Amino acid sequence: MIELQNVCRTFTVGDQQVAALRDIDLRLDAGEYISIMGPSGSGKSTMLNMLGLLDRPTTGTYLLDGGKVSDLNDEQQARVRREKVGFVFQSFHLVPRLTAAQNVELPMILAGIPAEERKARVQVLMKNYGLTDRADHKPDQLSGGQRQRVAIARATVMNPTVLLADEPTGNLDRNTGWEVLRLLEGLLEQGITLVVVTHDAEIGARAHRCIHMLDGRILSDESLQNDPK
Amino acid sequence: MYLRDLITLTSSSFLTYRMRSFLTGLGIAIGIAAVILLTSIGEGLHQFMLAEFSQFGTNIISVQPGKTQTQGGNVGIFGSVRQVTLEDADALRRLPYVQYVIPGLVGNAEVRFEGRTRRTMVLGEGRDFDKAFTMKVQSGGFWTDADDEQARAQVVIGAKIQQELYAGRNPLGTYLRIGGQRYRVVGVMVSKGQILGMDMDDTVFIPAARAMELFNRSGLMEVNVSYRADIPADTMIRLIKERMIERHGREDFTIISQEQALEVLGSVLNVITFAVGALGGISLLVGAVGILTIMTMAVTERTAEIGLLRALGAREKQVLTLFLSEAMLLSALGGLMGLLLGVGIAQGLHLLFPALPVHTPWLYAVLAELTAVTIGLAAGVVPAMRAARLDPVEALHAE
Repeated sequence: MIELQNVCRTFTVGDQQVAALRDIDLRLDAGEYISIMGPSGSGKSTMLNMLGLLDRPTTGTYLLDGGKVSDLNDEQQARVRREKVGFVFQSFHLVPRLTAAQNVELPMILAGIPAEERKARVQVLMKNYGLTDRADHKPDQLSGGQRQRVAIARATVMNPTVLLADEPTGNLDRNTGWEVLRLLEGLLEQGITLVVVTHDAEIGARAHRCIHMLDGRILSDESLQNDPK
Repeated sequence: MYLRDLITLTSSSFLTYRMRSFLTGLGIAIGIAAVILLTSIGEGLHQFMLAEFSQFGTNIISVQPGKTQTQGGNVGIFGSVRQVTLEDADALRRLPYVQYVIPGLVGNAEVRFEGRTRRTMVLGEGRDFDKAFTMKVQSGGFWTDADDEQARAQVVIGAKIQQELYAGRNPLGTYLRIGGQRYRVVGVMVSKGQILGMDMDDTVFIPAARAMELFNRSGLMEVNVSYRADIPADTMIRLIKERMIERHGREDFTIISQEQALEVLGSVLNVITFAVGALGGISLLVGAVGILTIMTMAVTERTAEIGLLRALGAREKQVLTLFLSEAMLLSALGGLMGLLLGVGIAQGLHLLFPALPVHTPWLYAVLAELTAVTIGLAAGVVPAMRAARLDPVEALHAE
């Protein structure tokens, strides 16, 4: 489904070239549960942004469903992000001015989905995530766990094929973190492809496939025994 | 994205920073209020002046002796000016399209009736004075003597003269002494009040020939020609000029038409309006800088949010639209505030000083609001473009 071929990503910091990704070859199939691990600066976030089309490879090819992503213009890329990719961030990234329900609604507003349909979809999701009585609260009136649940609802409201989670439990206490993780893993049953970036070995070990990164390279790529298949 | 959603999203940020938005809008509001207030007064003044002028009728051309122009060197013999006389008035009366010709001069004399004396303005006029200048006679009427030069000693008195000298008695048929001569009162004017500084009620009207005699003048101060309303002023001016040159041999007179006078008035008011507009423009410019500042701040503050929007699938154009709409909303609300403020103050002034005419033309109000929105748009472009062009990854990680 997703294939990275020989992908490099270099940043210019001052007058120095810093390589965040070097010669990455990676193939992700539909329905996989992948964890990406590595110390900070190893390139895992860049990898996630690359997979989510927020970042473009400096060299190399990104194939999405067989098509080259580099051939897409801004509008088409935005469309892919809108319809196929969901993001969950460590710091939740909720819009503070909007209520929980409005935050979940946001991707559908950008996609131009009619209000009635949006309302129905938001209602279902809020119920599924146990947020119904929190729908009209602003993010600062929600607990960390609730905020991340809102963020997950927002990431899944467009029924994406890939969900990219960048340290989704990083800002949460242990119990809440596990709760959120179980919520994400529950999405696998709907056939979603889940990519979790973490430096928590315990969390990383729950995936079906674990990729270790160091200095912008893939150090190891191993299948774990958790795979139910 | 639907327009309704755009408005919801845009106003949510507006409502979050109420105080800040209010203050930013205030810059625009003051500019718009200044423009509206001053144009309201200016326009009211314009209409007031126009009404003052046109109450005499607008199809009147006045001929005055002497050419208003500056000459180099000694004026010499050619500088001597021939008087405009009653014969000139008669000659003009025979021109086509002419309705009334009113010879005129003005002076001051003592008016006496049975021991009561009053010093007042004396207007020497023609017999059709009331018709030409659309003035109303309350009782009696103007003299009817066909020959201006042989007009008998008759007088039409203003309302105030009647009140002061006759104290309620019927003046018709009585004799009034004006500068020592006896005049038979034939009419009383309807009270008219002040017109451009002249109290038309504190006035007596006598035949022009009599007034020339009274003031010992050999010529008139002016001849007013009223002509048919369907004839263009230029045509009439040409005809009068030709006839006068024919009689005087050269152009030693000045022709003033109501239209010209109105044009001069209009150009004066235009200058005032322009100056006011410039002042308002400066306030609007300051307001625009305010919006630019606040929008730049907003983009910086909400960089992470912009990154999020991009991650959620917003196109560059959508981000641009969002921020542009915000700038426009700010300025539109500021403009509305200014409109209300301007109209409010204008009406308040009108209540305080009823004599001050106030009129807000709708077109100006709409134009002002459009200007405000345009300013918001212009001021918002740079910050909005910056927002749209942010790198999504960097934006996301900005805190």
